[in-house]
Amino acid sequence: MTTISLFGILVKIIGAIVIAFLGVVIGLFYKGIDRKLAARMQARVGPPIRQPFMDFFKLMIKENIVPQNAVPWIFNGAPIMALVSSITILLYLPVGNIPPLLSGYGDIVLIIYLLTLPAIGIVVGGFASGSPYANVGAQREMVMMMSYELPLVTAVIALGWKLSQVYPQFNVFSLAVINAHPIWGLVGPLGFIGAILLFITLAAVTPGELSKVPFDAPEAETELAGGILVEYSGRNLALFGLADAVKTIVMTSLTVALFFPYNISHLLALSGVFALIANVLFFLVKIFLVMFVEVTFIRVAFARLKIDQVSFAYWVPVSIIGFLGLMLIVLDTIIV
Amino acid sequence: MNKESYSIPIGPVHPSLKEPMTFNFEIYGERIEKVNLAPGDNHRGIEFMGRQRNPIQIIYLAERICGICSASHPFAFCRAVENAAGIEVPERAQYIRVIIAELERIHSHILWAGVAAHELGFDSVLYLSWRAREKVLDLLEDLTGNRINYGIFMIGGVRRDISEEQIPRIRETLEYYKDIYGKIEDIFLNDPTIALRTKNVGVLTKEDALRLCAVGPTTRASGINKDIRQDQPYSAYADLEVKAITPDVLTGEVNGDVYDRIIVRLLELVQSIQIIEQCLDNMPSGEIVVEKKLVKLLNQLKKAKGEGIGRHEAPRGEVIHYVKLNESELPEVWKARAPTYNNLMTWVPMLIGQQIADIPIVIASIDPCIACMDRVTILNKANGQKDTLTKKDLHELSVQKTRRIAP
Repeated sequence: MTTISLFGILVKIIGAIVIAFLGVVIGLFYKGIDRKLAARMQARVGPPIRQPFMDFFKLMIKENIVPQNAVPWIFNGAPIMALVSSITILLYLPVGNIPPLLSGYGDIVLIIYLLTLPAIGIVVGGFASGSPYANVGAQREMVMMMSYELPLVTAVIALGWKLSQVYPQFNVFSLAVINAHPIWGLVGPLGFIGAILLFITLAAVTPGELSKVPFDAPEAETELAGGILVEYSGRNLALFGLADAVKTIVMTSLTVALFFPYNISHLLALSGVFALIANVLFFLVKIFLVMFVEVTFIRVAFARLKIDQVSFAYWVPVSIIGFLGLMLIVLDTIIV
Repeated sequence: MNKESYSIPIGPVHPSLKEPMTFNFEIYGERIEKVNLAPGDNHRGIEFMGRQRNPIQIIYLAERICGICSASHPFAFCRAVENAAGIEVPERAQYIRVIIAELERIHSHILWAGVAAHELGFDSVLYLSWRAREKVLDLLEDLTGNRINYGIFMIGGVRRDISEEQIPRIRETLEYYKDIYGKIEDIFLNDPTIALRTKNVGVLTKEDALRLCAVGPTTRASGINKDIRQDQPYSAYADLEVKAITPDVLTGEVNGDVYDRIIVRLLELVQSIQIIEQCLDNMPSGEIVVEKKLVKLLNQLKKAKGEGIGRHEAPRGEVIHYVKLNESELPEVWKARAPTYNNLMTWVPMLIGQQIADIPIVIASIDPCIACMDRVTILNKANGQKDTLTKKDLHELSVQKTRRIAP
């Protein structure tokens, strides 16, 4: 472990502020691009890319209404919890070849725990709003959390197990280690197919984690009028919007860290600051591409599923694909 | 009622409803146990307004009963007045009326397809199908001067002729719809998520459809062979072979679910295209209206005495207008019965036992038009509350009225 010094703590605090700020800005920017691309695919003009920023600033000056039968401290606390936990995960994620800010203080298992926190924040807020729509939405969100956890964990465990077989000396669940050793180079042909299946699993979990169509049953505009968020307005809704933007970055960065941790600097023969900039830009391109596939494309290509169909989809087909990927990777290791 | 059940109000304002209407659901978990409908939020007293206008003015009022059925209501109303006053419509006008009514059916069904997709959370299909709908609206504007509320119907005929230059434009639009029909059908009938959300959802059995007197695509999707254009042909439909469309034409079976209602409406799109083509091929020449001078026509109507009924197969089902003329400038009675009024109660058997997630698509599946349907609101003046009249109350009221008229 690192030695604890005053200077070290200061660097971490400043780093955390910088990352939180960048995460929010990039998250909102990507949200704008996502909305624009989706609009173009739907034959619409779509909002300007800066629209999420405008929405955020407008919501911040709007009145913050707390319903009469809500529990105020939970109702107001839930959006803060959702945003803070989303930003906390960012501190554990590697960007390009920069190791995570809090590398050494937690690994991917902690990230999986943290990932449930924004969802729990929304559920708690929904139950605390005292509206039947929010109540139904919160129940659905809980069902969804229980459904997508298994495939998500399967994908992560499979990668960790493979790394532990190849490099028993490392802390295999550390994202820095996973980031430094791409899965595709470690496996044979069987394992390669397995890794593709695991990627599909993670790609299927992402829209559910982010509550996007076809897995947006908890918010379901036409059924529940926004579901869990129905009673939120003003600052609280703005914070939930930020949490959603940051969570999109988190989920796509996680996919990139697990499956596409490649860097571009050595190909371009860059070094020093230039290498750093090139890698960060390349990383942004990678998370954009992943977001396009996992979020934008999927959400314009499907209808919304019912909650029982969502549960079934995650428990049966997606889990089976995940387990198949895990088994292929195990087989690959045992045979070789 | 189950102890753990809770109630969810949908409406009068809710994203899944395009018009005001209140539903109260008793829900157990995600399952619907009980449905309570409370219409009456969109009552505008349009029949009362009609009784203070002369029949020609009522045509334009009838158009504004509903923006989507703005050819169906004047069509039925004009037929009712012609029936009462004994006016014969020239043949060419009958063909033009049918062309406008069928163009309206095309635009209404495509509009419905977009709304249904939106209720399923499939917004891409909403935007794409509404873009396809623009073409028929442009054509309607070309033919009548307006995209909706066409203002083309007149007692004893129509107000505008279809010129020779317009016929190629109509054919071009029909070709466009024939071209894209394959795509529309592929999206709605073969998309796995749409099938997941619509198959075996909102089932209306044949028995229920008969018992509740459902009309239009709602009843045809339950396998009932009912279509006024086929059963009692009128206007130019009498010259054409119109067959009621049931879903077994395509799939060989009738389930009466939302999916079947999609099939029926899609097939009716094709049918409408064929009807318009036949009309264009066989359109006779001649006058388009019996009496060009409106003052003369009004005088004729002022002298008329009698009752008339006009029926038309609107996109949503049969619409009936009843008119009583009594030798005065204003009609004594004008009554409009829109298809949604019949289809309203089919929601109850469709919704019970379904999930909350099915509510929007099941409500949308009968293509409700609340503006058409809301004709009566009973208000208790003493406390300002809405009242419900049961069958027994209505019977008593009619007995009282009969005694008043014939003591």
